[in-house]
Amino acid sequence: MPAMTITEKILAKAAGKTVVTPGENIWIKVDTLMTHDVCGPPTFQIWQKEFGENAAIWDREKVVMFPDHYIFTEDPHANRNVRILREFARDRQLPNYYDVQSERYKGVCHIALAEEGYNLPGTVLIGTDSHSCTSGAFGLFSTGVGNTDAAFILGTGTIWEKVPASMRFTFEGESPPYVTAKDMILQILGDIGTDGATYRAMEFDGSAVQALSMDERMTLTNMAIEAGGMNGIIAADEKTEAYVKARSNAPYELFRSDGDARYRASYRYDVAAMEPLVAKPHSPDNRDTVRAVRGTPLTKAYIGSCTGGKLSDFRMAASILINQKVSVPTFVVPGSTGVARLLELETYKGIVLREILEDAGCVIARSSCAACLGGPADTIGRSVDQDVVISTTNRNFPGRMGSKKSEVYLASALTVAASAVNGHITDPRDFM
Amino acid sequence: MDQKITGRAYVLGANIDTDQIIPAEHLVYSLSDPEESRNYGRFALSGVPPALAGLPEGHIPFTEGDRWRSSFNIIVAGNNFGCGSSREHAPFALQKAGVRAVIAPSYARIFYRNAVDGGFVIPYESEEDLSDLIATGDQLELDTAANRLYNSTQGKSHALRPLGDVGPIIAAGGLFAYARQQGMIAT
Repeated sequence: MPAMTITEKILAKAAGKTVVTPGENIWIKVDTLMTHDVCGPPTFQIWQKEFGENAAIWDREKVVMFPDHYIFTEDPHANRNVRILREFARDRQLPNYYDVQSERYKGVCHIALAEEGYNLPGTVLIGTDSHSCTSGAFGLFSTGVGNTDAAFILGTGTIWEKVPASMRFTFEGESPPYVTAKDMILQILGDIGTDGATYRAMEFDGSAVQALSMDERMTLTNMAIEAGGMNGIIAADEKTEAYVKARSNAPYELFRSDGDARYRASYRYDVAAMEPLVAKPHSPDNRDTVRAVRGTPLTKAYIGSCTGGKLSDFRMAASILINQKVSVPTFVVPGSTGVARLLELETYKGIVLREILEDAGCVIARSSCAACLGGPADTIGRSVDQDVVISTTNRNFPGRMGSKKSEVYLASALTVAASAVNGHITDPRDFM
Repeated sequence: MDQKITGRAYVLGANIDTDQIIPAEHLVYSLSDPEESRNYGRFALSGVPPALAGLPEGHIPFTEGDRWRSSFNIIVAGNNFGCGSSREHAPFALQKAGVRAVIAPSYARIFYRNAVDGGFVIPYESEEDLSDLIATGDQLELDTAANRLYNSTQGKSHALRPLGDVGPIIAAGGLFAYARQQGMIAT
């Protein structure tokens, strides 16, 4: 049997084959289909139109729905979408729905998928969201699709995919405390560009990746799409298994790349030699060192989203913001209600994280995607006019966070927190 | 799939992301309601910075005022067209505005899939970057059988890459039509 990468092995299993080759088109079985309030309603509409009024969902247990995008808004159209999601879940008796108006509400889908135990190693997870690649941090194949593909899965449980060639990103060395997963992925984006991994699997490995927490591993795989990647993936290890077992009893299977598997390209990095990075406006690959842009005046700071709204991000922010005051409006949006709860339980130097963030003057919002993608006009933290924002989110294309005239710098929670204190871009090492 | 698609070019640069194709604040409208879904045509490409809208001059609106149909129906763009989010609203918005085909050297994967599987617009790959060879308003003719693009304004012709594996899906009119043809789902 020829050597295969972890992505090829998972796809082969899902296609019922022993071997798959990059470039080959295959039909695969889907284990989990995830959707949310923006793409769920049009997906249901297509499904109904194509499969008919009395159509059956291929597997009700395998459909997971998180309202998360446009939640706390007065926008009537946005609220209608949440209502459609709710009614669909009720009418079709879908057990894995997390309603806004209930204690089950979670917030950002990619974080909630992890917390609720849906990220099972060796499985195939397809989501109607480009950041569905996040789940690959758990050693599974995950990718984003549109409404038509999702509707097809809803009816058949299958989808076609072209097997991607893999690119390997190996991080070795001991990570200094000021180098985060965000800096690691911004490094890659600067090296390969926003189309450097189009239709490729991005596989992350090496001792410095294994040393990352699951939260931080998710930051790496989350931004695979920013390089055009089809999926991001990190082989599961003891840390992954411990996380999964604490949240799910479902079976899973561990896969690893063969030692002689073929890669389209291989990159090696020594994290000990790395430093804090930013992506400058208006592209995630417009990388620079924080040092090079330090002093850039800011009007807003933002810590949130599937990329930068996890517990680890707020721990980092709190370690900078303790006994400090922010000097620009700073928005804290916990990615999930689970993260929000932990902000009230976890402490840094004996002080509860939420208290540290509040005392520093941060505005703490309710969990949702919020201003990461702009959203309706009344979205909290949305950029206006010529705002210059530093943010832990994932994209800074023109208008992404709201105003077309605004500028967005992407950085780690450490860099965002340090910059929020000074009101201009600041190297977090100044506070460490 | 029609063999000949003719129309006026609307030219854009590289890395046109889905927020520029249809800004996120507009994703709230119904895609199935015939009246309401016109908003997608109206706001198509409204996120492109004005100076880069309609190259080489720029400042050419894709749709005029409140209109939801554009007078341009072939998009010519640089690398990595459709990068960013998975919103199928993006190729839908282009189709709603009257676009039949996009021509770019490369596409982001999810946009490409959505354009093909939803049967919205044909995402043709050009052999070379045509965004600085074609001007907004040029009269184009796309020959899908010969995989060539003729620019009658400039009297030039350009090679396009064959559609390959996705050709049959595009020819069928989308993923569902294709799957029915193949007997994969009941008609």
